[in-house]
Amino acid sequence: MASRHQLGEPVVVVEGVEKSFGSFSVLRDVSLTVRRGETVCIIGPSGSGKSTLLRCINGLVPISKGSIKLAGREVNDAKLDKLALRRDVGIVFQQYNLFPHKTALQNVMMAPIHVLKQDKAEVEERARKLLAKVGLSQKLATYPGELSGGQQQRVAIARSLAMNPKVMLFDEVTAALDPETKKEVLVTIQDLAAEGMTCILVTHEMGFAREVADHVYFTDGGVIVEHGSPAEVFGNPREERTKGFLDKVL
Amino acid sequence: MIASFFQWLNDTQGLNFSVFYDAFDRSRFLTGLWTTTYICVVSIIASMALGLIGVWLAGGSSRLGRLVVRVYVQFFRNTPPLVQLSFFYFAVASLLPTVSDGFGGQSPLVSGTGWAIIAFSLFAGAFNVEIFRAGIEAVPSTTVEAAESLGYTRLQLYLHVVLPLAFRICLPALNNNLINLVKTTTLAYAIGVPELLYAASQIWSEVFNVREMMNVLLVTYVGLVAVLVWIMGRWERSMRIPGYST
Repeated sequence: MASRHQLGEPVVVVEGVEKSFGSFSVLRDVSLTVRRGETVCIIGPSGSGKSTLLRCINGLVPISKGSIKLAGREVNDAKLDKLALRRDVGIVFQQYNLFPHKTALQNVMMAPIHVLKQDKAEVEERARKLLAKVGLSQKLATYPGELSGGQQQRVAIARSLAMNPKVMLFDEVTAALDPETKKEVLVTIQDLAAEGMTCILVTHEMGFAREVADHVYFTDGGVIVEHGSPAEVFGNPREERTKGFLDKVL
Repeated sequence: MIASFFQWLNDTQGLNFSVFYDAFDRSRFLTGLWTTTYICVVSIIASMALGLIGVWLAGGSSRLGRLVVRVYVQFFRNTPPLVQLSFFYFAVASLLPTVSDGFGGQSPLVSGTGWAIIAFSLFAGAFNVEIFRAGIEAVPSTTVEAAESLGYTRLQLYLHVVLPLAFRICLPALNNNLINLVKTTTLAYAIGVPELLYAASQIWSEVFNVREMMNVLLVTYVGLVAVLVWIMGRWERSMRIPGYST
């Protein structure tokens, strides 16, 4: 069900990116393009560099070679304001990483107030709407430690959305969740994608990837082995490695 | 009532708690208590400020800043506080100019009490740097990463995320150090600062009630530390987070 909506201009352009930690090469000649409104899923075995790629896109991890352009700006330009870049990219982590000393509502409100210096009353109104959107209207005053994993992850998604990012990155966001709470989070992401948010997902949820993705990339050993529409990659993989991986996980 | 009881105790039992019935001794003792409290409060606040500044520089990008903090911590942590105090009072003070006291005489720029506060703040501050550092290192790097991803600057990150969490983690160690600081203030006796120990020794050398004054002194310090522990306990409770354990 690719291209349910019109895709816009490229938002993320990754070209020939290499990344190594010491002598260990994590990414080799990785290129991909994500257009506005597109949902891209990156699948592949653990240790294939998927999470590293996401961290490179928002500048948390510097790349060794190549180029990453975000909304036309080169991420690894030393002169680029990294903080401004990160405001445009929302990232959601496997371990939620909420601020444990703040309530759900405060978690969502913090960054717009501290980083964007927005008006508190406006931010609060928006934060309430976002938490309602992820189904957590009843948990505004609850601390992360009292929320379930799935609820925490939905707060984390709302927290990223509060910054009005141009693109959302999801780094194995359901890997630590049980099947029931996993569903809540996946539905939230699916709604986001349907609304036209640009999303890049690193995931092990093959069924989900097949359903929501406009484009799927299969990575192994730091290289993109193959990519294409979900129908192509899942239904009729060209590469032996892709076949082998999918046979094992599906 | 209390005074007459202690007067009676002295007359009949020979237990001379002069601070409880003699107005002059009581006033000397209370002055000592006030001086000690003053040194404690100022040194506690200043040492925590030093600890925060130190830990900020120690984790910063400036090499000079990191070096300064390392030298400071090593120096003040590895030398005896009595030597530090003497160093400031006898060596550093003699290099500073004196000021007119308004009565035709000259008085030192910094008083003995002032030097005591400076020395104890630096002494306890060095330990606080290490205590805060341990607290900051215990904040999960993933939490820090989340804040960075939201575009937080280092200062915003420290103010809103790292320090609030680090405080909760390092509070027991901070408690220990501040209690130690309160007890260390008795060293000011050595440079003639009229704090509690000094006042007590003045009294017992005149009244010859060493045993009684020793007991009063010990109980007074137990009380002082109890107040500090109570305040820190309230602070710790006020920072407790539902569902979160440090």
